[in-house]
Amino acid sequence: MFKRVIQSLATVAALSVAGTSVAADITGAGATFPYPVYAKWAEAYKKQTGIGLNYQSIGSSGGIKQIRSKTVAFGATDAPVRGADLDRDGMVQFPAIIGGTVPVFNLEGFQPGELRITGPVLAEVFMGSITNWNDAKLAALNPGKKLPNQAITIVHRADGSGTTFNFTEYLSMVSPAWKDKVGTGAAVKWPAASSVGGKGNEGVAANVRRVKGGIGYVEYAYAKRNKMPYMMMQNRDGKYVSPDDKTFAAAAAGADWFAAPGMGISINDQPGADTWPISTASFILMYKSPANKKDSDEVLKFFDWSFKNGKDLALELDYVPLPDSLTAQIRSKVWSQIK
Amino acid sequence: MSTQTPSLATDRSARSEHRVLAIARRQVWEDLIFQKVTMLFALTVLLAIVGIIGSLFVNSWPSFSKFGFEFIWRVEWDIINEEFGAAIAIVGTLASASIALLIAVPLAFGIALFLTETCPVVMRRPLGTAVELLAAVPSIIYGMFGLFVFAPLFAQYGQPALQSTLGQMPLIGPMFGGAMNGIGILAAGIILAFMILPFIAAVMRDVFEIVPPILRESAYGVGCTTWEVVSKVVLPYTQKGVIGGIMLGLGRALGETMAVTFVIGNSNRLAASLFAPGTSIASTLANEFGEADDFHMSTLYALGLLLFVITFVVLAIAKIMILRAERAKGF
Repeated sequence: MFKRVIQSLATVAALSVAGTSVAADITGAGATFPYPVYAKWAEAYKKQTGIGLNYQSIGSSGGIKQIRSKTVAFGATDAPVRGADLDRDGMVQFPAIIGGTVPVFNLEGFQPGELRITGPVLAEVFMGSITNWNDAKLAALNPGKKLPNQAITIVHRADGSGTTFNFTEYLSMVSPAWKDKVGTGAAVKWPAASSVGGKGNEGVAANVRRVKGGIGYVEYAYAKRNKMPYMMMQNRDGKYVSPDDKTFAAAAAGADWFAAPGMGISINDQPGADTWPISTASFILMYKSPANKKDSDEVLKFFDWSFKNGKDLALELDYVPLPDSLTAQIRSKVWSQIK
Repeated sequence: MSTQTPSLATDRSARSEHRVLAIARRQVWEDLIFQKVTMLFALTVLLAIVGIIGSLFVNSWPSFSKFGFEFIWRVEWDIINEEFGAAIAIVGTLASASIALLIAVPLAFGIALFLTETCPVVMRRPLGTAVELLAAVPSIIYGMFGLFVFAPLFAQYGQPALQSTLGQMPLIGPMFGGAMNGIGILAAGIILAFMILPFIAAVMRDVFEIVPPILRESAYGVGCTTWEVVSKVVLPYTQKGVIGGIMLGLGRALGETMAVTFVIGNSNRLAASLFAPGTSIASTLANEFGEADDFHMSTLYALGLLLFVITFVVLAIAKIMILRAERAKGF
């Protein structure tokens, strides 16, 4: 009896050793923004193929650094790498998932979506030139609402982040003053006198929820899961829209992905009646001639599977999967470059 | 030993002499090896320190060569335009650590005094263990407690109370002005005080306990009050240990990262008010290291080097204070 137990244990051990040696995990590193959806895809993919994904969500710049030093099979970044840099490193870049950034606020008596704002006014708020919720410019956008006399506190990301890059890029697009004085970056010098930094999306969310009169920006999935009051925003066509997967998809629909080298376009402030103005794609970086071809092929297989089968999983998490027309183009125009 | 027919007795003594010599020789070797091995252990510490200083220097060189010593007092932190200065972070670090010491030292002193002098014997152990347990709480827990529990209460009750009292005084009034968010330099200092309190209290209690009972009891015998015993006998006797404990706490306060990051507000701005959000060297490093590239990374190393220097200076001052005190007493 005892012998048999040991025997079966030995067999199991032998099998598991054999199993791991066959299926090496895919390695990747980078952006934190798409991490939940990559993790979900990886879980489902492993169930089918036995191949796991070891993705370290260390941030976009970390991901670029890791792929440049060739410690991972793919890097992931929210801020696209410029075409010249891609050529120099011999890399290709393609989008993998789409999401949105939403302004969230804390004002007593206001429900999610009950406040409206335009891009230029949002920029003025974050510049610190609008300092109170009862400001005439905010009141003009929200007729019939009684905005309280409450000081505005800006809540921003303290750590460098792709969400900040996306948000500041949008503000730079809609406000020349923001572009001049602050600019676009994963971390910027926040000009408003009353501003507080939180670490990560959860740090921003915690501070907005706590500070009366606070306004911040988080990934949509985060705002939705935590039921945070978000704002309706005016898009380029002048329509007010709520953030959801449809308005994010609308932002991606009209985009001309191959207008920029490495597909590194911005889908902020896109035209279209249903378009959410602060939308973003998250990108994958890979080598054209990878040092380890087998690993590189596994990465492509993983994304191929995810593009085909991962749409519902992405939608569950409030991300927007890429449309089939786009993934077909990625396969034929980008993946074909990988030797 | 050259006798041709040695007697049994001399032979035996010679042999035992030989054996003793062999043992002695072996012991010399053993001692030598032991000494070298332990020296090697000690040298690894030195090597680590030199390595850390060296790598900090090398990596921070680009930013020091661009800004020079001016880097230390420049009030600027603009990542996009690559304009950096350490003043905001240094001020935040020193201010929060000073606040922590101001609160923690008297409290720790009281705790240690109570535990060693006046505490009923039954309570001594549970209270002592509780203090030590407080020291074992991970700093992230203090950070979460600070942000989610302490900050809202502080914003609602603590800050208004401070603003209506201390905030009305001349000179120090502006330090308690401005918006009351619950987080900021003062909140960070208070959370740090909680964190370093157990360290200082535990060290103080331990050194108070080593005062020979004969000294203490003689003092009580000639009619001293508890306060007189503590201030005239226990404190002078344990001065070195007390300063050491405080410095241990200060060292932790200066370098604390996670808890401070949660409550300091992470704003690169210099403000007169202690209610205003600020930043410390450690929290800036924690926040920005992940996404920093070349030059920005170099300034972060420069900040790290400055923190190292500050800690070193603080420790040096403590050592000098102890030496002075000893010389004054004629030890």
